[in-house]
Amino acid sequence: MSVLKKLAASAAMAAATFATPVFAQDDVRIAIVVKALGIGFFEAAAEGAEEAAAELGNVEIIYTGPTDTTAEGQIEVINALIAQQVDAIAISANDTDALVPALQRAMQRGITVISWDSGVAPEGRQLHLNPSSNPLIGNMIIKLAADHLPDGGEVALLSATTTSTNQNIWIDEMMAVMGDYPGIDVVATVYGDDLADKSYREATGLMQSYPDLDAIIAPTSVGIVAAAQAVVDAGKVGEVNVTGLGLPSEMAGAIESGASQSFAIWNPIDLGYSATMLAYELSQNGVEATSGAEVPMGRMGSLTLDENSEGAMADPFVYDASNIDQFKSIF
Amino acid sequence: MTDATQTRHVPDRLNSRAARIFKSWEALLLAVAIAIFVINSFASPYFLSAWNLSDATFNFTEKAMIAFAMALLIISGEIDLSVASIIALASTAMGLALQYGAGTTELVIIGLTVGVLCGAFNGFFVTVLGLPSIVVTIGTMSLFRGISFIILGDDAFRGYPSSFSWFGQGYIYWVFTVEMLLFVIIAIIYGVLLHKTNFGRTVYAIGNNPTGALFSGIRVQRVKFILFLLTGLMSGIAAVCLTSRLGSTRPSIATGMELEVVTMVVLGGVNILGGSGTIPGVVIAAFVMGLVTFGLGLLNVPGIVMSIFIGLLLIGVIALPRLWAMAAARRKS
Repeated sequence: MSVLKKLAASAAMAAATFATPVFAQDDVRIAIVVKALGIGFFEAAAEGAEEAAAELGNVEIIYTGPTDTTAEGQIEVINALIAQQVDAIAISANDTDALVPALQRAMQRGITVISWDSGVAPEGRQLHLNPSSNPLIGNMIIKLAADHLPDGGEVALLSATTTSTNQNIWIDEMMAVMGDYPGIDVVATVYGDDLADKSYREATGLMQSYPDLDAIIAPTSVGIVAAAQAVVDAGKVGEVNVTGLGLPSEMAGAIESGASQSFAIWNPIDLGYSATMLAYELSQNGVEATSGAEVPMGRMGSLTLDENSEGAMADPFVYDASNIDQFKSIF
Repeated sequence: MTDATQTRHVPDRLNSRAARIFKSWEALLLAVAIAIFVINSFASPYFLSAWNLSDATFNFTEKAMIAFAMALLIISGEIDLSVASIIALASTAMGLALQYGAGTTELVIIGLTVGVLCGAFNGFFVTVLGLPSIVVTIGTMSLFRGISFIILGDDAFRGYPSSFSWFGQGYIYWVFTVEMLLFVIIAIIYGVLLHKTNFGRTVYAIGNNPTGALFSGIRVQRVKFILFLLTGLMSGIAAVCLTSRLGSTRPSIATGMELEVVTMVVLGGVNILGGSGTIPGVVIAAFVMGLVTFGLGLLNVPGIVMSIFIGLLLIGVIALPRLWAMAAARRKS
């Protein structure tokens, strides 16, 4: 009988899946693959992708990703997308190298592959869309902290995982320009693994280990919120300034409470929009992603590719008390 | 009834063989697997393609290799939660050897050796010092991966030789991958080992009653030590396959895989408290998990929904027979 029950349950599941709209085969299907689902930043990017799809007219967006930020999980997603013969995959990678064999297979089967946000090694994609240029971001995160520390002070970094491609690059770029900010000392770098609870504990630990800490720089949207909460809970608002990269909707409270003076982010809606436009150009309009090429991306202008087939979309944008209300409802 | 006493035949079970098979866990699981297969074929036009199904097997082959050894370990009343970390350490050791010019053969030997050594490390603490395996392997779970992090930091080993990619990316014939072949061979070996050898019987005996087994002349600690070695070895084999498939090593490789392996074993009908379970059950459970994740993936179902579904499947398949038994008992009374 349990077999029958099980079958009934499975049949119910099948009925539910049949209820989802059947895809029109003429549509160009562009898959937006993210590091993990349920992250505000990527939800906003998906919104931008839908905007591009609406503008292009005949595009269907498949927004997908694994449960947690693992390369293995993304490979399973890529295999499923190859099987569905999508037209293009635009991916924000959990691992620069481990995805290369799977994405190469996708390209062999005629699928356009681009990476955006967090990149894939050049042999595993046709082009990479950087949200901004890494040196500009690296400079921006330390500038945000330094602007509020005219007399210098101690700052600490709260990053995502030790293997997060972009966080590591930004931190390297930041370290490279530390000479421009005399009196600012980076006392520690800790990793919250992009998990809210772990980031919170790491931020609390920083304040305990360094009582004179003046700022926490978190170049990750999960870490910055957790750090701001940790500062509020520790009663150190006004003493420790949390800054870095975050989402306006999630950071509005921290700006109001004063735990964060300012933070920066590019516009993820623009990023998802641009990635979709680029994938469409490569897949449908026969644009070649070669060094020096200028690939159009709708309202965002065009992307100029360097020798690694990479390009930068725009400069990061600073959010503070003056503009947070305007943006917090957007993403 | 009288016939049985006349022929002095004492039945060792009350139901007929056919009834037993029909009512068995494996039959239930097989029905679930077939149902999922049929549903998937209807739900997605891309499911019934030889190449796509071949790709789908990568979702479970490596995990299943470990699950076979884990099944024996759990039947014996122990557990190894460090398997994913053993993969990380074995993969890191291979990557390190690569920097010193090791070829494919050496890489495989190193991967397997590190796996066995890690298994021996776990086995030593459990069987010689008599510590609980869940505590020991939670410790080594952090220890082994920690060593990988110390060696690699945020770096990665890449540039494995092209002949090494055969294990995780190679095909034996048409759509049949090297990993599939390994999966089948390992399944047969473990099936024979558990169900057809004295060693297999001792594993059950230990799981059901370690003291009784000891007084029956079974060298309990030695058998358990061998099971830890086997689990380590299988993790080493999985490390070779996964590293080959990814073409690179990072310390975060195979994160969280231990829980998927244990899920597979429990779904396969192995009693988490030890004493019972079969290899065919684990084989079918591997297919069930692979088919579910791939089928839902084809429908672009978000990963979190997939996890929920796997969780419900696990609880459902475990709880239903128990609920059925309770209902039957109530009806009788």
